[in-house]
Amino acid sequence: MPDHTRPLSPHLQVYRPQITSILSITHRATGVMLAFAALLLAYWLASAAYGPEAFARAQELLESWFGRLVLFGFTFSLFYHMCNGIRHLGWDMLWGFELPKLRATGVLVVIVSMTLTVLSWLMAYGHVDKL
Amino acid sequence: MINTPQQTKKLQSKLGRVRGLGSTREGVHHWWAQRMSAVALLPLSLWFVYSLISLTGSDYATFVSWAGEFGNSVFLVLLVVTMFHHAQLGLQVVIEDYVHSEMWKMGLLLFVKYGAVVFAASAIFAVLKISIAG
Repeated sequence: MPDHTRPLSPHLQVYRPQITSILSITHRATGVMLAFAALLLAYWLASAAYGPEAFARAQELLESWFGRLVLFGFTFSLFYHMCNGIRHLGWDMLWGFELPKLRATGVLVVIVSMTLTVLSWLMAYGHVDKL
Repeated sequence: MINTPQQTKKLQSKLGRVRGLGSTREGVHHWWAQRMSAVALLPLSLWFVYSLISLTGSDYATFVSWAGEFGNSVFLVLLVVTMFHHAQLGLQVVIEDYVHSEMWKMGLLLFVKYGAVVFAASAIFAVLKISIAG
């Protein structure tokens, strides 16, 4: 880095927050969260490979109220990152750059990811008698 | 009027521009790898969420027999490989954007890259063990 006085990233504090920028930073935030979800998946699979006791400990952790809260957050992160990722792929193919489209697809991403999150949890609870 | 950017562009082939330019001299490789892994993760994640929904509340024996099934083992390994690759690519961009100290940046990039490989390898080996040893 030859010159440290030169700004390297946009100075976020000078911009007014708007739906496009909020959704953009949320994409990053959910992506970072999902990296931690990947670690949890690795731990979960490893616990099953270790044996019934280790798996039971992992399940106990995941079934606690805190575990469920984290898993719920991960579920939303996954659906949001997936839906907004499709939006990104659209931009890569030069689709959806116009401001009205940007806003409409942004709202759609939020609604669809929230719906899929709630629906998944209802389905998961739906086929279990008691949890 | 010797060498404006426009003139340089005209004289170079598109392939030459991609091969020679870019801050990291890597062309579009990172960008393309991120998109390819993203597209692969679409069906893999949907399959995984569907599987987790149907597995909710099941015990150790049920889970192990599910994960040990040939198709499920293959999908789990594909999911783990693609997920950690995609996560590493994404975290790399986040680090490059926000960490300006060269030493911290290099350290974190190595940490994320090695970490992704270590955790992916462990998860893959776990799936193989469940699948083969039962």
